[in-house]
Amino acid sequence: MHTGENAIVPAARAAALLGDELTDRALRSHLEGLPRVDAVGLEQRAAGLATRSIKNSSKRRALDTVISLIDLTTLEGADTPGKVRSLVAKARTPDASDLSTPRVAAVCVYGDMVATAIDALGALHGDPDDGRISVAAVATAFPSGRASLAVKLADTAEAVAAGADEIDMVIDRGAFLAGRYGQVFEQIVAVKDACARPDGSAASLKVILETGELATYDNVRRASWLAILAGADFIKTSTGKVSPAATLPVTLLMLEVVRDWHRLMGERIGVKPAGGIRTSKDAIRYLVTVAETVGEEWLQPHLFRFGASSLLNDVLLQRQKLASGGYSGPDYVTID
Amino acid sequence: MSATAPRKDLAPPSAFLGYDPAPESRDVLRLRDSYGLFIDGEFVDGHGTPFTTISPASEERIAQIASADERDVDLAVAAARRAYERVWSKMSGGDRGKYLFRIARLIQERARELAVAESLDNGKPIKESRDVDVPLVAAWFFYYAGWADKLDYAGLGASPRSLGVAGQVIPWNFPLLMLAWKVAPALAAGNTVVLKPAETTPLTALLFAEIVQQAGLPAGVVNIITGAGATGAALVRHEDVDKIAFTGSTAVGRDIARAVAGTRKRVTLELGGKAANIVFDDAPIDQAIEGIVNGIFFNQGHVCCAGSRLLVQESVHDEVVERLKSRLTTLRLGDPLDKNTDIGAINSSEQLERIRRLSEIGEQEGAQRWSAPCELPAQGFWFAPTIFMGVTTSSTIAREEIFGPVLSVLTFRTPAEAIAKANNTPYGLSAGVWSDKGSKILAVADKLRAGVIWANTFNRFDPASPFGGYKESGYGREGGRHGLAAYLRGPEPIAALGRGKQGRGAK
Repeated sequence: MHTGENAIVPAARAAALLGDELTDRALRSHLEGLPRVDAVGLEQRAAGLATRSIKNSSKRRALDTVISLIDLTTLEGADTPGKVRSLVAKARTPDASDLSTPRVAAVCVYGDMVATAIDALGALHGDPDDGRISVAAVATAFPSGRASLAVKLADTAEAVAAGADEIDMVIDRGAFLAGRYGQVFEQIVAVKDACARPDGSAASLKVILETGELATYDNVRRASWLAILAGADFIKTSTGKVSPAATLPVTLLMLEVVRDWHRLMGERIGVKPAGGIRTSKDAIRYLVTVAETVGEEWLQPHLFRFGASSLLNDVLLQRQKLASGGYSGPDYVTID
Repeated sequence: MSATAPRKDLAPPSAFLGYDPAPESRDVLRLRDSYGLFIDGEFVDGHGTPFTTISPASEERIAQIASADERDVDLAVAAARRAYERVWSKMSGGDRGKYLFRIARLIQERARELAVAESLDNGKPIKESRDVDVPLVAAWFFYYAGWADKLDYAGLGASPRSLGVAGQVIPWNFPLLMLAWKVAPALAAGNTVVLKPAETTPLTALLFAEIVQQAGLPAGVVNIITGAGATGAALVRHEDVDKIAFTGSTAVGRDIARAVAGTRKRVTLELGGKAANIVFDDAPIDQAIEGIVNGIFFNQGHVCCAGSRLLVQESVHDEVVERLKSRLTTLRLGDPLDKNTDIGAINSSEQLERIRRLSEIGEQEGAQRWSAPCELPAQGFWFAPTIFMGVTTSSTIAREEIFGPVLSVLTFRTPAEAIAKANNTPYGLSAGVWSDKGSKILAVADKLRAGVIWANTFNRFDPASPFGGYKESGYGREGGRHGLAAYLRGPEPIAALGRGKQGRGAK
């Protein structure tokens, strides 16, 4: 019943690839026609990339790059203005003992905390390319996405109105797993519209696939394509609330989709692994995977992010170790 | 020793992240300046003129190696015979297994040292010797250690018998792994061995001799004689050898088959290959690209089962070639001891010459050559990963084994054509099939004449899986239960069964 000729609200990218008269059937046949993923081979490749050995000045550069790509995140029911201000302070000054430490790319909070975060950032609120810090808000009934489209759009619009620079939305996994690709597509398109600001600019849209719930690599590839066709600026692995969250094979696969899209359409889409990346060693493996899959040019805040909270302090410890030659310890980095 | 100093000129080019050099430390390696022959449990001088073994990545001397002449071969075979008659053939399978388990554990304990020595002497990247070769070596000994007391279940009937003294000649591409493939099943089955490593890669076999001493293996059960082709020929022709096992080129394999024809000697040959790697249009494309790379550029293509002929469905040819080129530009060629090196050195100047000559023939015959853009170090033997497009089944480079990092790309239209082209070679060692459709994989694999067929993967090895060739790729199987058959004879008719246990492989 979902394979009919039901017209879908088109989006610019889908129209460019699949034509103006987008239907459920056209979208489905495109997604189902994508090359399949061999799980064993994908995981083997990811394991191979993880054996790269990054030393000395490469390591120093990698650690600084990791920091500059972090979306420092707090997404708890218990978040308070105080907690968010503390997170922002950490984002502004990651390491008080070394002011040359780069700043993170963004802070990521619930929609109702956007104003607090912007207020705490003050003049530092802005584009990470200019050395400033963005504010990302999760929206669309995060993390489950189980709400009506109207609620999701209102959630998004409020966050944008409050000044959010980036919106991290979740896809409707239930609809995706039921095969209602058109519905998932239309929701992303609608949320993308809700990201528009009155002045004609728009908040950047990250689409969370929640790969832990999609379960298969074939599904991850389809959902990645679907999100990109619908207008995603970033595709993001996970909410961090479902296990497994980001894994290296899943991120590699999403990077391959982004690489293929660039090859096909000449347009660069961002990738954000989120959840479960806690150590510098892990993060550097992701950098290697980015560099060797899509190229080093992707290692910039508009094309790659880490969604993480505890990662930052491990990177700071490693950074201090490189500078001093000895490990300090958890009391030598600040908790946010 | 000069060969243990760090080398700066092999630093990889600064590509993505400009990975700084990450060389594996050579401190674990305590090499002697010269090595003798390992005969009857001791290192002894050889009667031939010693030679030096060099690092192919730098051409630096590693050590001086003794050369065995016919007298030395005599001594080694005699030692193996004595050990066979007095000790090894009389020992229970359980006890033989204990020795093999001990050797396996010692290999694991000395894994880093063995990996460094292998990369130094052979030129292969440390990530391969560390993650593939040495772990497989240990796995092979563990696997056959378990068989030693279970030979009744090898499929040859009750109480199969060992053969006696095995003469084993191995190649330079996987020096220690090929040793393990030969020595582990031979000893498990109750034979003693005289093994000759390749002239250019004797180092890890000599370190293995130290492990044999360390394990307290009875003297003479394992003998290792080094030398050039003449040493191997003397071993093959020796009267008192019961079994010849050879891995190497088809040309030498033919000579060996001739030399043992009409004698009592049993022989197994694992020879060359020109494997087809078949990529269908419904293949998992990203993994197929990895599989193509792994198939031909693993170990610089010095792999008898390398997927050197890429058969790609014409409808996806351009896309596959484009993706392949893009992937090859990320390969890092350089110092084999650097942990980030993907492509190491060619093993010898002779081999490099052969690869160059065949590549030139490829160009002359009209194939389009493309090489990955990588800087080759000034010292040592190097060849950039290379693919040839527009190759046809009649091209020399599609027929002759190059044994180097050179891939020939051919196309096909239908499964039947893929099968016909894959089989259109005098070799038949391995093949690969890439498709997401299981029924197609099984149907195609069924019609390929090759000893090993990989589906959606390539160059995967396991001690439990038999390995060997069809046609000019040789005969006999190594690995698994089948690998034991090469070192055992089935029970004789009941009337002929004596009471003595001599010559029995199992208890």
